[in-house]
Amino acid sequence: MVRGPALGVARAYRRGMARPDSPARSRPLPRTPFSPAFWRSPLRGPWLTSVLGLVLLGGITVLFLTGLLSYAAYNPDLSTVNDKTPDKGLLGFYLFSWPTDPHWLYRLTQGVHVTLGITLIPVLLAKLWSVVPKLFTLPLARSLAHALERVSLLLLVGGALFEFVTGVLNVQLDYVFPGSFYPLHFYGAWVFFAAFVAHAALKTPAAVRNVRQLRAEHGELVSPSPAAPTVSRRGALGLVGGGSLLLLVTTAGQSFDPLRRTALLAPHGGAEPATGPGGFQINKTAAYAGIHADETSEEAWRLVVVGRAGTVRLSRPELLQLPLHSSSLPIACVEGWSTSDQGWRGVRLRDLAALVGYDDPPDVLVESLQRHGAFRRAALRANQVADPRSLLALYVNGEELTPDHGHPARVVVPAAPGVLNTKWVARMTFGEL
Amino acid sequence: MPQPRLLPVGSPLQLLLLGCSFALAAYAGLRLFTEDWFGVALWFVGAALLHDLVLLPLYATLDRALVRGAGRHRDRVAYVRVPAALSLLLLLVWFPLISGRVAGRYASATGLPPDGFLTRWLLLTAALFGGSAVLFVLRLRRATKERPPTAH
Repeated sequence: MVRGPALGVARAYRRGMARPDSPARSRPLPRTPFSPAFWRSPLRGPWLTSVLGLVLLGGITVLFLTGLLSYAAYNPDLSTVNDKTPDKGLLGFYLFSWPTDPHWLYRLTQGVHVTLGITLIPVLLAKLWSVVPKLFTLPLARSLAHALERVSLLLLVGGALFEFVTGVLNVQLDYVFPGSFYPLHFYGAWVFFAAFVAHAALKTPAAVRNVRQLRAEHGELVSPSPAAPTVSRRGALGLVGGGSLLLLVTTAGQSFDPLRRTALLAPHGGAEPATGPGGFQINKTAAYAGIHADETSEEAWRLVVVGRAGTVRLSRPELLQLPLHSSSLPIACVEGWSTSDQGWRGVRLRDLAALVGYDDPPDVLVESLQRHGAFRRAALRANQVADPRSLLALYVNGEELTPDHGHPARVVVPAAPGVLNTKWVARMTFGEL
Repeated sequence: MPQPRLLPVGSPLQLLLLGCSFALAAYAGLRLFTEDWFGVALWFVGAALLHDLVLLPLYATLDRALVRGAGRHRDRVAYVRVPAALSLLLLLVWFPLISGRVAGRYASATGLPPDGFLTRWLLLTAALFGGSAVLFVLRLRRATKERPPTAH
């Protein structure tokens, strides 16, 4: 598919200069990337670039919207403990109370965000390949508007790569990027989106025309001295689509327990971490979170519930005396993987609120035994506390919670991101946050 | 004295649009750059440069070498190009897991074995090249059968 710059170019250039009158040369040899004749792939042209551009227009719009939804799902405006971007200013203009229905909402939006993002990587790479000659176009600026457009393209290309790279690294737990993932990916998305909207507004009409057009191609992307083709345009698109399909089928399974083994390379693909009722996927193990068995034992562990009626301390046997309820909910991670619905059993959050004086459930601050980790404390909104499916779970799939799933007690809330389903809960403070 | 040539302004609509875009980008950018502005700038610009000046020339050169190596059998290039491109794509996307550079953190955080990724990538690569080889042989045989028999 690819005919681009080559290392042999300099050699060819010198050879060409040594024999300026060579009769074999009917046209000038490719010189530097700044010469249009340097770019020889017969595939490049407005049609291919436009098709790829339109796919990205749709795909990246979905990525941006699902990203904004994921941001809202954390309820960052509820409490500082949920807010990793306190200086967001106007960028949080659209925030709303994240609902609890349907209970698979976050599983869907975030699964789409990550899986679609990974699937679009070949399209992004092909699009960048198709327009790379433009990077070297001379003169650098034909007009002020053109000069600004080129600066904007740096934000567009740099922004796209920044967003894809930080996302892909984060889901693989490779935290090499310069700072915390949340602000980088969120503010980076806005920088990128600003350039993306301008680019889409300037280019989409022409792209639509180019795709409809069946005439022979012309324009600055078309090589003036094309090499003999080794693949058709449709063949090249087929390779890009094949790459996307391969990534999709080896990733999507990490969002469904029965298909997990088909996700051959995705971080939460393959086999489950263990067998049995508590064998499903784990975000952070007890060992990773620094939880010791001596602080979760029946003698040591107490749940502290604080509200306007005072403070209540409950041991696990005392908790088991409260009315227990069941609900079927998934774990859905910001990293894009999720489990199918698991059968949780425990005490309703609203019953715990009532225990400390709230018949009308308020917000709650949940604190874990975890000593480190961005979400060892998390806030839930009143609508999440009030939902009858929201539990302080003590059992899962008919057995006691395993240490890795939050023993002695964990929160489960419908449609909430995984990290708000706090594990190893130590303290719950009900009331205005 | 000759007047210095001024850059023409260009489309006013385009200027307005880009002005809006830059204002929004700057608003978000100021927040993006608060933590480690140099590191972030390096990643932002570096990602574009690394892609355009290293990754793209690298795979373009590999592909050119492949086409050259095929000589007069240019029509057979696809049988190597497609599985190689797909395999390298998987390696590019899942490099942290396949290379094992996050193996320790991955195993301790998720409770999953970190060593299966390289094996699975190698098996996928083998399947891609193997499938391509089977397709090549089948097509070659069909082409041979369809060719008119040579006289003895």
